[in-house]
Amino acid sequence: MGSVYRARDLHFPNVVKLVAVKEMINRAPDPLVRKTIVQNFEREANILATLNHPSIPRIYDYFSESNRSYLVLEFINGKDLEAIISETPGFLSEELVLSWAIELCDVLHFLHTHKPDPIIFRDMKPSNVMVNLSQHVILVDFGIAKPFFAGQKGTMIGTEGYSPPEQYRGEATPLADIYALGATMHHALTKRDPRLEPPFSFGERPVRKINPSISDELEAVINTALQYNPEDRFPSAEAMKEALVAAGRKTGILDRIGGATTAVQTASGIKPLWTFQCEDEVRGTPILYEGAIYIGSYDHNVYSLNVADGKLNWKYATEGGVVTRPAAFEGDIYFGSEDQNLHVVSARTGKVVWTYYTEGRVRSSPRIAEGHVFFGSDDQKLYAINLMSQRPSWRFETAAPVRSTPFIANETVFAGTENGDFYCVDFRGEMKWHFKAKMAVTSSPWVADGVVYFVSLDSSLYALDAKSGFVIWRFRMGKGSISSPYLTEGLIFTGSADGCIYAVDARTAKESWRYKTEHQVSSSPVIYKDSLYCGSADGNLYCLEYRTGRLRWKFATKGPITGAPLVYDDIVYIGSTDHILYALLA
Amino acid sequence: MKSFFDRFRSKKTQPLAGQGNISTVPLSDQQIQAVVTQDLHFEPSQLISGSSQSIGRQRDHNEDCLFTFSVSMGGEKHNYPLGLFIVADGMGGHQFGEVASNTAVRTMAGYFLKRFHPYIANPSETIDEPLQDLMRTAINDAQKAVMQAAPGSGTTLTAALVLGQQMTIGHVGDSRAYAIRSGGRIDALTRDHSLVKRLEELGQISSEEAAAHPQRNVLYRALGQGEVLEPDIFTSPFPQPGYLLLCSDGLWSVISNDTIYSIVHDATSLQGACQALITAANDAGGPDNITAVLVQLIN
Repeated sequence: MGSVYRARDLHFPNVVKLVAVKEMINRAPDPLVRKTIVQNFEREANILATLNHPSIPRIYDYFSESNRSYLVLEFINGKDLEAIISETPGFLSEELVLSWAIELCDVLHFLHTHKPDPIIFRDMKPSNVMVNLSQHVILVDFGIAKPFFAGQKGTMIGTEGYSPPEQYRGEATPLADIYALGATMHHALTKRDPRLEPPFSFGERPVRKINPSISDELEAVINTALQYNPEDRFPSAEAMKEALVAAGRKTGILDRIGGATTAVQTASGIKPLWTFQCEDEVRGTPILYEGAIYIGSYDHNVYSLNVADGKLNWKYATEGGVVTRPAAFEGDIYFGSEDQNLHVVSARTGKVVWTYYTEGRVRSSPRIAEGHVFFGSDDQKLYAINLMSQRPSWRFETAAPVRSTPFIANETVFAGTENGDFYCVDFRGEMKWHFKAKMAVTSSPWVADGVVYFVSLDSSLYALDAKSGFVIWRFRMGKGSISSPYLTEGLIFTGSADGCIYAVDARTAKESWRYKTEHQVSSSPVIYKDSLYCGSADGNLYCLEYRTGRLRWKFATKGPITGAPLVYDDIVYIGSTDHILYALLA
Repeated sequence: MKSFFDRFRSKKTQPLAGQGNISTVPLSDQQIQAVVTQDLHFEPSQLISGSSQSIGRQRDHNEDCLFTFSVSMGGEKHNYPLGLFIVADGMGGHQFGEVASNTAVRTMAGYFLKRFHPYIANPSETIDEPLQDLMRTAINDAQKAVMQAAPGSGTTLTAALVLGQQMTIGHVGDSRAYAIRSGGRIDALTRDHSLVKRLEELGQISSEEAAAHPQRNVLYRALGQGEVLEPDIFTSPFPQPGYLLLCSDGLWSVISNDTIYSIVHDATSLQGACQALITAANDAGGPDNITAVLVQLIN
């Protein structure tokens, strides 16, 4: 490659006439090949000399010397689009990009309809588009200064990223310029350089997904230009220009029409199957066991409701708020209360079977495995109580309240504490390993395939090797999280206080999608069939397609939702701080 | 019960003195353990590997580079096998290809050894940084080193960091990592960063056309090229039972996956398998440098 110089034309010694001098260094080893290149160069220079268009720089002269060739061009006072994209903070405005694109279509049309032979630009990309001080575009680099690469085996190219598939098969037509213009616009609007992505992968990065302020109409024009098959694109630069103008007209006159075009059911469209009113907030998560729903409330009670109609079977009073999710085992319901006890109650009658007293409030939900019930308490201990003897087999001391629900896998217990410690404890109560996050781990971990996932108030979603405690990856969200992650099909879902529900690829730690609600997401997501259900502090229960994050419907309650939903048999059960437990069609 | 047995005996036996009805007593746990065959499990788990290289039949120097490293520790606590396996295939004329691949490999290996060294000396010196971040830093350091040592050249880089049961793979280019499991299953874990692979993924060309495509060696991503590098980094469980194979395109583009599987399956040692793979590639013409690294995790 060569350089471009800003030079002064000394034919006019009394004034400063600025020109641009482009240098091309010919590296072909073979003298015959070298001669051919120079001839091609001269021929193209001659064509350029005949082109007269405001968006094409004027050519004044050309000459060759030993293995170098030079082009003397009109000096453009401005910056190229590549520099503009990287130097502008935030996104470029739609109006600006649209106006540039329309001018580029104009010059492409001019080149494509050139007589006797159409000229295909073949190198449309931001670094070849200059924008002068009056915001008009000028196409530079007509492939003349391109150096010659010998096609050796193992050659690499930093692929342009803007070229269409057919150009790599050597079949460039004017429609290749259309694709490249679409690619250039895509880069300008999203600030994502296509050279850093796999080729032809624009479909994976829709413009509006990255820059939602762009209109649907403009996105549609770009998508058409970026079709793999040339026949699916605009048939000409003229056609693309018309589409751009139409898009501009639409968005210029009307106010932006936001939102999806697919039907979204609003709160008024969904009626619950039944509701149950408690005397205070429902902060926890319900469970379903043998035909009944069990849910605790801040009004100190645990309720057993008939699953079909929500009618009360019994209610059991404790002396403190119940924010945990109950566990069920062999006819008994287990749950902790802020009255510092673990209560074990008969599922059928609601009569107490036994209780266990701890020295702190119990806000962690119990888990039952191997004949024991595991739970944490604000007294900083993790308990393993033998179900037969109702005595603890062991108590594991930590340094802070344990509010996270333990996860049991492969004879190990995983739990986090309020000062960021995360423990892996074996069934004898001995610590296997310990990890320290920077802030509380309140939510419950999820273990699968030898990896344990959990979130922390330090805004991170962590993936640790379950055996050794080594951190495999860390995904940063906007704010802290107390939402428990949920894993399915290689995707891990969680919510954050930054208001978003995230879907992260468990293997690569790359964000798959995120959905923004209007307030913190402390509730934990749940997947059922191909939907994700999650509540937000904005009062809504959201139902999203779990693979894409697209909203299916949302249901408004009258208070923030902090508990996780329960979904069973096509019905979703969710409690809200508006004191009500809802049963909705999933 | 007694009369039941009598039917099978030719003569009646006298009942044992002092025992009228024989009743059974359940065996204690210890008695059961003594007779039940246990799942044999040996400590410690170990990572073993074999490797082999050849210049091939048509090249005049070797631009591939490989590296293997594994740690086994037996003892009371913190026994996680640790291993690092790297393959790099350099390109760019004037012998820069060798410099590129060797620089990349040594830089990455040096980085990991430095990071893990304190932990090996003292297991309470845990590494706080996520493994995927370590891999990303190692690849970036390798990139800078290559650009300095051999500007204008490039190399592929496919590395596997194995810790415990999980392997974290960092990958740029068209060398490959395969998981080989029983039953004929051989799966490429990495995606080639080649133009033809991309065209094939999009259905623009078939895999046969890709194999014969004139531009099949053109990569859109390689170490040493371009300012910003986006490697593929992911973690998945080590194939168990099974093998991890890292190889350059001098192997995978010359012999079929089925051939690779049967060679590995029939070999009696990892080293033998690697040597047989190299021989097979050479027998098929050996158009490029050939490198193979085969890893197994024994529990």
